[in-house]
Amino acid sequence: MTATTLYGLCGAALVGLGLYGLICHPGALRKILAFNLLGGGVFLLFGVIAQRGGGALTAAGLGTDGDPVPQALVITGLVVAFAATAIAVALLRRLATASRHSTLDQAPPGDPGP
Amino acid sequence: MEPMQSLYAQIAALGGGLLILPLMLPVAGLLLALALGGRWARGLALTLLWLGLAVALAIAATVLYGAAPLSYTLGGWAPPLGVALKADGLSAVLLLLSPGVLLAVGHFARRGFEPLDGGEETRKSLAFWVLLLGVWAGLNTVALAQDLFTLFVALELLTFSAVPLVALDGRPETVQAALRYLLFALLGSVLYLLGAVLFYGSFGTLDIPLLAGRIGSADALPPAVALAAALMTAGLMAKTALLPLHLWLPPAHAGAPAPASAVLSALVVKGSFFLVLRLWFDVIPALPGLPAATILGVLGACAIVLGNLVALGQVRLKLLVAYSTVAQIGYLFLIFPLAAGAGSGLALTAGTLQIVSHACAKAAMFLAAGIIAYALGHDRVRDLGGIARALPMTVLGFALAGLSLVGLQPSGGYLVKALLQSAADLTSQGAWSLVPLAGGLLTAAYLVRVLACALSGPRPSIVQGPSRPQEWLVLALALASLLLGLLPPEVFGLIGIGRTSIDTAALVAGALASAWTWDSLTGSIAPVLGVATLVLLLKRRGLPTAGLIVTRTDAALRQWAIAGLSLLTLTLGLAAGIALGR
Amino acid sequence: MSLALAADAFLALLILGLAIWTIAASQTYGAVVGFVAYGLLVALVWVRLGSVDVAMTEAALGSGLTGLLLLGAAAHLAPLEAAERQARPGPWLRLLVGALCGAVTAVLAAVVLSLPEPAPTLGPAVAEHLATLGVRNPVTGVLLGYRAIDTLLETVVLVPALVAVWSLATDPAWGGRPASPGPRDPGSALTLLAQVLPPAGILVGIHLLWVGADAPGGKFQGAVVLAAMWVLVLVAGLRRPPALAGRPLRWLIVLGALVFIVIGLSGVWLAGAFLAYPEGLAKPMILAIEILLTPSLAVILGLLLLGPPVADRGPGT
Repeated sequence: MTATTLYGLCGAALVGLGLYGLICHPGALRKILAFNLLGGGVFLLFGVIAQRGGGALTAAGLGTDGDPVPQALVITGLVVAFAATAIAVALLRRLATASRHSTLDQAPPGDPGP
Repeated sequence: MEPMQSLYAQIAALGGGLLILPLMLPVAGLLLALALGGRWARGLALTLLWLGLAVALAIAATVLYGAAPLSYTLGGWAPPLGVALKADGLSAVLLLLSPGVLLAVGHFARRGFEPLDGGEETRKSLAFWVLLLGVWAGLNTVALAQDLFTLFVALELLTFSAVPLVALDGRPETVQAALRYLLFALLGSVLYLLGAVLFYGSFGTLDIPLLAGRIGSADALPPAVALAAALMTAGLMAKTALLPLHLWLPPAHAGAPAPASAVLSALVVKGSFFLVLRLWFDVIPALPGLPAATILGVLGACAIVLGNLVALGQVRLKLLVAYSTVAQIGYLFLIFPLAAGAGSGLALTAGTLQIVSHACAKAAMFLAAGIIAYALGHDRVRDLGGIARALPMTVLGFALAGLSLVGLQPSGGYLVKALLQSAADLTSQGAWSLVPLAGGLLTAAYLVRVLACALSGPRPSIVQGPSRPQEWLVLALALASLLLGLLPPEVFGLIGIGRTSIDTAALVAGALASAWTWDSLTGSIAPVLGVATLVLLLKRRGLPTAGLIVTRTDAALRQWAIAGLSLLTLTLGLAAGIALGR
Repeated sequence: MSLALAADAFLALLILGLAIWTIAASQTYGAVVGFVAYGLLVALVWVRLGSVDVAMTEAALGSGLTGLLLLGAAAHLAPLEAAERQARPGPWLRLLVGALCGAVTAVLAAVVLSLPEPAPTLGPAVAEHLATLGVRNPVTGVLLGYRAIDTLLETVVLVPALVAVWSLATDPAWGGRPASPGPRDPGSALTLLAQVLPPAGILVGIHLLWVGADAPGGKFQGAVVLAAMWVLVLVAGLRRPPALAGRPLRWLIVLGALVFIVIGLSGVWLAGAFLAYPEGLAKPMILAIEILLTPSLAVILGLLLLGPPVADRGPGT
């Protein structure tokens, strides 16, 4: 059991926790939080894969080890996840301001309905 | 002829370099539209769409007549280190479809999304045109990129541009629909990304051709690949709203303004489906032969039946059209169990034609529904009474689009059904051919219901009628779908370019060969007439108990927790279906 | 079990504990605080995994700016929490979902443990060609060299995201200023902090940008620091948020991506491919892109944090 494997298991657990929170929490803000956990778990798994692919760069004398491609992709992914969170929070705040409502299943008050 | 040939020679000489244009035109347009704002956004968007259409035609012509896909390596770095672009037949079809439909919708939306008189920009106008360009950019990147992570970013671009279109009106229920759409789509994206992560972990590359080669040369599918494929497929199914993951689609597509609904139903859901095609036909061609494909087929069949049944009972026209989309998405997934071995070409052609035909027909239906809602001030089907007298062209467009969905010759819908039938016969899975049949009947049922309401009663008073161009655009889109089969068969050969030994031109010609025989015509029209009579007879009373069961099932499936549960079950089920069959 | 492994195990357990707290906490505000702490610990894990660039980005963006965004939302939505709790799915459903999530975790863990050894990697390929790009930070080489299209697209993705946030304003408020993020009368401590910290923070941000070519750092990290400094100034009320219809602001937002595209297109003539760099000019061009992208990114990140414009409540606000 190396540290890398340990963090891999940690990432897998984060994915499971994030999925549970995203599916079961009724409040949209908690869902957004869970989505960030889920994304973090996926990125962590990517990082574990990067670490497993390391070695060549220290040999070339380039300091940081690990496969740089997954690392770069995770940075891109973090920015995209932040943008997604920002849109979701803006939508949620607008929903709450306009209708005092913050869940996704019941229709907000004032809805004429189908 | 001479200048055309020399022009063609010049274009062909550009080769892969041509592929930069579909990628960068919408992106540059998006940035400039935001910066220039105001009255420039709309003109810029429409001009670039026309340019984009011309470029797409050039690419399609080069691919078709060169009988080979176009490739381009970005930055000069070849995969696996860099990212490559490729335009094969499927890409060319999507590249053509996007500006085509977006232009029709864009010109329709010239009225309603214009800036104020002094050129001052409004919220709706700027947001609409910028987001339209964003959708186009996302679709073009999905069509061309050959790298799983670049495709992830393209999917996010598509989602971020589509979600705010839902909430453009600002009403609380549309904001809630947009939030639900965003969160479920993000759930899908993360699962897709997790799949891509596992692919990289197994093979050290995210390039589609390289992955296909490495997976194909392995003895059996490694468990990591089975899980990765299941995760990606489930995530993409969530973004494409395949039953039972369709919870977000009806409120989102029905609540958006009409041009936005048209774009969402016609194009956005097809973007994520395009990636399912890439995964199941390019990355792991062995997938359609596995039990997992049956799972997709069964879900598709359920979508067709349940979606159409729920549509039949809808009170509001826009919700009816949205549930029709849910049903038509089912056809897209019906192709997978039929795509193993000999049926592969037929299934792929059917899927591609369904993408094109449904896009045009559904755009026409949503635009028509929008015109009707605007004219009457409401969109309740029961109270449409006599609108056909006031808006004859609009209702005609709606009817023709509906006939294409029903599958009357020579529409795209008919081609899809004929190809699915042939694939089912060829792979000895005749049971699957019953589903399109049932789907056609149910589609006819709700179409007749709407038309019956629209044709009966005196001419109502109109709040505001559409402009002439708007009506013509609706009709044009409907005819594009209805008359798809009249295109010369060689054009359909485009779909199979880049795939070994699939002659899609011949397949389509075969499907059309028996289209105009008496048997075939009566076989198409008679059931429709039968259903029409039934609907007209039952119009007064309806079938309350059956309707209640259907509505309750749909409402149960559309609870967030249940949909999440379905997603998890499907992921694990697909993983098992792939792992056990390999 | 070595000391390092024990430390890693402790870190992993702590992270899982905080994650469980984030999911299970009854108050959303507490959950978000737990999430911010979790994010900082995950940054530590990234350092342990050998990726300092990602650690910086995670700490600043994933934990810092995201935490700020979520804390603001949690404070705003606190009154609605009671109604949320009533809408919980039933215990059997939660049990079933929990079991399936556990199954997904188990399968994922098994797959991760069974990934091929030796691990397939692009590290050697990256190292081999890094000299042609002139940079010594391999992550920068990937972001702006080999996979520049992903960075370009990711910058472009932020624009519809920004328009999405803006489109949630009411029609009269369009083009106005977002709500000021800080309290109505900031204390003297906050004002002092906002006057003292930003100059140093700006220098740190520029430094991160500059060294990013050869050491961990780069435009994302620099941009986040700059955005944070700007938001700090706004929170303390030392400046008003900008009016969103202003032409200079709009051009600043799109400047970075447009320059990136222009440089990319110039590569077609100078180096034979879109987003390719000519011999010897790679590093200056990469630096140019980074320098011009950073202010755009900083502004976009800050604006995403500030939210949609609100109607002006009249003079004196």
